[in-house]
Amino acid sequence: MIWFLLAAAPFAPVDQEYVFEARQMQALSFAVHIPLVCFGIAFPAFVLFMEALWLRTGDPVYRTIAKRWSKVMLALFAVGVVTGTILSFELGLLWPSFMATFGEVFGLGFTLEAFSFFVEAIFIAVYVYGWDRLSPRVHFLSGIPVAIAGFTGSLTVISVNAWMNHPSGFTLEEGRVTDVRPLEALFGNQFLWHEVVHMYVAAYIVAGFLTAAVYAWGWLRGRRGRYERVALVVPLTIAALAAPVQIVVGDWAAREVAREQPTKLAAFEGLHETEKGAPVHLLGWYDDDEVRYGIPLPRLLSLLAFHDPNARVAGLEEVPADERPPVNVVRVAFQTMVGIGFLLAGISAVYLLVWLRRRRLPRSPWFYRAVVVAGPLSVVALIAGWVTTEVGRQPWVVYGHMRTEEAVTGASGIPVGYATLVLVYGGLLVAVAWILGRLARAPLDVQPGPGGAAPLIAGAARKDAEREER
Amino acid sequence: MTLAEVPLVLMLIGLTAYAVLGGADFGAAFWQFGAFGEHGGALREHAYRAMGPVWEANHVWLVFVLVICWTAYPQAFASIFSTLTVPLFIAAIGIILRGTAYAVHAGTAREIERRTIDGLFSISSLLTPFALGTAVGAIASGRVPVGNAAGDELTSWLNPTSLLVGTLAVASGAYVAAVYLAGDAARAGLGELAAAFRTRALGAGVVAGAIALVGLAVVAYDAERLSDNLFAWPALAAVAASAAAGLATLEFVRRWRFEAARYGASAAVASVVVGWALAQRPELLPGLTVEEAAAGRPVLIATIVGVAVGAVILIPSLALLFGLVLGGRFDEQAAERTSDRATLAPRRSRRSLTAMAAVAGALGLLLTLAFDGGPFLALGVLGLLTFVALASVALGAAAAEDDGRKERL
Ligand code: HDD
Ligand code: HEM
Ligand code: HEM
Repeated sequence: MIWFLLAAAPFAPVDQEYVFEARQMQALSFAVHIPLVCFGIAFPAFVLFMEALWLRTGDPVYRTIAKRWSKVMLALFAVGVVTGTILSFELGLLWPSFMATFGEVFGLGFTLEAFSFFVEAIFIAVYVYGWDRLSPRVHFLSGIPVAIAGFTGSLTVISVNAWMNHPSGFTLEEGRVTDVRPLEALFGNQFLWHEVVHMYVAAYIVAGFLTAAVYAWGWLRGRRGRYERVALVVPLTIAALAAPVQIVVGDWAAREVAREQPTKLAAFEGLHETEKGAPVHLLGWYDDDEVRYGIPLPRLLSLLAFHDPNARVAGLEEVPADERPPVNVVRVAFQTMVGIGFLLAGISAVYLLVWLRRRRLPRSPWFYRAVVVAGPLSVVALIAGWVTTEVGRQPWVVYGHMRTEEAVTGASGIPVGYATLVLVYGGLLVAVAWILGRLARAPLDVQPGPGGAAPLIAGAARKDAEREER
Repeated sequence: MTLAEVPLVLMLIGLTAYAVLGGADFGAAFWQFGAFGEHGGALREHAYRAMGPVWEANHVWLVFVLVICWTAYPQAFASIFSTLTVPLFIAAIGIILRGTAYAVHAGTAREIERRTIDGLFSISSLLTPFALGTAVGAIASGRVPVGNAAGDELTSWLNPTSLLVGTLAVASGAYVAAVYLAGDAARAGLGELAAAFRTRALGAGVVAGAIALVGLAVVAYDAERLSDNLFAWPALAAVAASAAAGLATLEFVRRWRFEAARYGASAAVASVVVGWALAQRPELLPGLTVEEAAAGRPVLIATIVGVAVGAVILIPSLALLFGLVLGGRFDEQAAERTSDRATLAPRRSRRSLTAMAAVAGALGLLLTLAFDGGPFLALGVLGLLTFVALASVALGAAAAEDDGRKERL
């Protein structure tokens, strides 16, 4: 009988003791991949911007910066490729039933993504190795496909995530999908657009503030030459313009969630009962079906989610208890993201106002300290945002169709795998930090490393700039 | 060929490209492993340098194979990954270690650091193709049943065929790499290095050939179904072609004709992959034919069209990259000081740019807040993005250039 069941439904749910560890493992891998790809998305634009300034003005400082940054870009790209490949493996290693059942619905997104990565990988090599070898104009042009592929790559992969959150484009019959319409599933899905735009803007914020943070740190320690000022001002300007826009885009995202995933929205705010004119609570903790110790702001949730202070907002009670996400994780993540979002916008406003009025950088060291902190904080916001989206989707892996525990592998050894991955990724972070620090302290020669991947930053770059200026 | 088989052919093309190009990468690291002697340093540096520009692109092939597999044959993909968890996880860890060592190696300063990193790099470069090879052996010998982790977690990949294919993967990578590196060294005029790699290529070629021969015997003993088909038409033709290509390549290497050898070696690897596919036809996994495993028609068509469109972009791009690399354009001695003069047109009015940005921003804000969907919302979001782009250009350039002007005053 058991044999018969197995034969009939080879991917029926299995007993897996370690679903939680599998989810942690998936989340860890994303948390490593996502900050890296922000550089794959936004950094090409920064580098090209610098090169364009050089082409237009002939000022060698821009060229030096562009060249230095392009090497950092290549090194981070290499690590991005590796961590992305791991993600693809994990989809099969950890969630085979999900892949077996739905792979054909969203697979096209990844197929198109692969081509974006081909283009990105090819032209990033042409660009970085082409310094001094291609004519300046051709060299500049060779960088443009990199920037475009960064966008199309994230568009196609996020189309998959948007589909998981808001699935459509197929019919489910006895656990098997039929009548699959892949284009409709991936690109006819309105959930895609806010996720892509929000993520794309986030990539510019993260890459911008992190890069600016490096030079702001240098500024505090007295490195304030022309090279550092330019390298600070350009990414900072871009991030400072993107940060306020992100609030508006985030508001749009929240309205989409309110409409399509009311349970997730209720988890953002810890709203148990369906209410008209629902409030928002700042901080606090969700316990016993209500938010304790929070600061209530009456009617704000209705206003934000539906742009109407009296709108009816569905609470968690609308669905059975086993279909609710873990409220506190989602809520804390959401508030972290939004809090940091406003903080970043504040820093941006200071910077932009000073610049527009006085045409110079702010002079207070507090401003530079704030920028140093803004870099890592933007990464925290990024990951918190994804935790909001992904944990808020729980307990579903495909919203409303398949639960996460139905997706998981039947293989043993998940804890061993998880522990190994933690160690290896820990080692990866230490190695990258070590090498960045090493290069910052002991500048190498201008020669590109044989691997071409020498991430030459701060100190090394300064020496070089001085040499070229002379 | 039926529609359901087309994605499989695409996967085999990807697999061949990965086995040849990615394999050459792994193999290059293999030669670094033992290279501590007199020429050791030069040898290791040469291996890193030669694969620099193509490293990332070579490895996208693996991703390509995976995504086609899970789109077109989702049940097969899920069965393979859940049964072969251990070797595939080992391969994944190898890939991480390798990528990290690769990114970090350029910054190593002291000999001890360099050795540590190179060692890590080489070990992970052995581990990854070996583990992937055992997985291929498991599929070929019919040890992956359909289902969620339905096969044996250990014997599925620890068996004669798997161990054989794993070893063969390492050996053929080493061989292809030696051929490539000899060619690169000869092109760069490094006669001594070229000779060193030529010797290695000959040695590795003989070893790989011997393993392949032994392999036929192992397969005959261990995987009956596979060997029955392998020794019959049409798979036998592919096996013969592979042997012929392998022998021809050795002869090319012997005569210092590395360009021809490059293609010969690739052909030898490709024929092995084709032979395997023909021998296994029509089953993908035991009891699961390609037709049964295939996704629905619309998905297959969308995938094929997607790949075709992608190929239109990919093929010229790859040709460009390999043209530049093989033409020696990225070699060190090709560097020249290009002009530092400005080549773009002088700047347009910054004020009009700022004004446009402001209009786009204001419009974007209003529309995005006012609409919950439809074309006006889309317009609003576009407005916001336009604002960020235009204002970045205007303000960023202004900030950087004003700074320069102040400096000069
Ligand atoms: C630098 C990063 C960053 C910043 C400053 C913000 N966000 Fe965000 N947010 C993300 C980065 C992010 C993200 C890229 O991590 C997410 C995850 C999924 C997505 O589409 O974007 C996200 C998701 C996300 C979601 C869930 C979307 C979904 O589940 O589909 C909402 C409702 C918001 N955000 C709202 C906001 C608001 C109102 C912000 C205002 C201050 C904000 N975000 C700032
Ligand atoms: C929000 C989600 C994601 C975004 C925005 C994103 C974006 C990117 C980008 C821009 C790259 C290029 C490499 C780099 O810049 O460092 C990359 C690499 C990669 N990503 Fe992701 N990714 C996401 C999630 C995923 C997921 C879910 C998977 C697979 C399951 C994945 C698989 C890959 C792979 C395989 C690569 C390597 C490509 C190559 O070999 O060039 N990514 N990703
Ligand atoms: C864009 C492509 C993405 C895809 C296709 C994707 C897919 C998945 C899958 C299949 C799972 C496991 C099943 C589940 O727990 O529901 C998962 C879980 C998870 N993902 Fe994503 N994800 C994506 C982006 C991200 C990013 C960028 C992050 C950032 C950190 C992230 C964070 C998480 C977390 C935290 C979980 C675990 C949820 C839990 O355990 O409650 N995801 N995702």
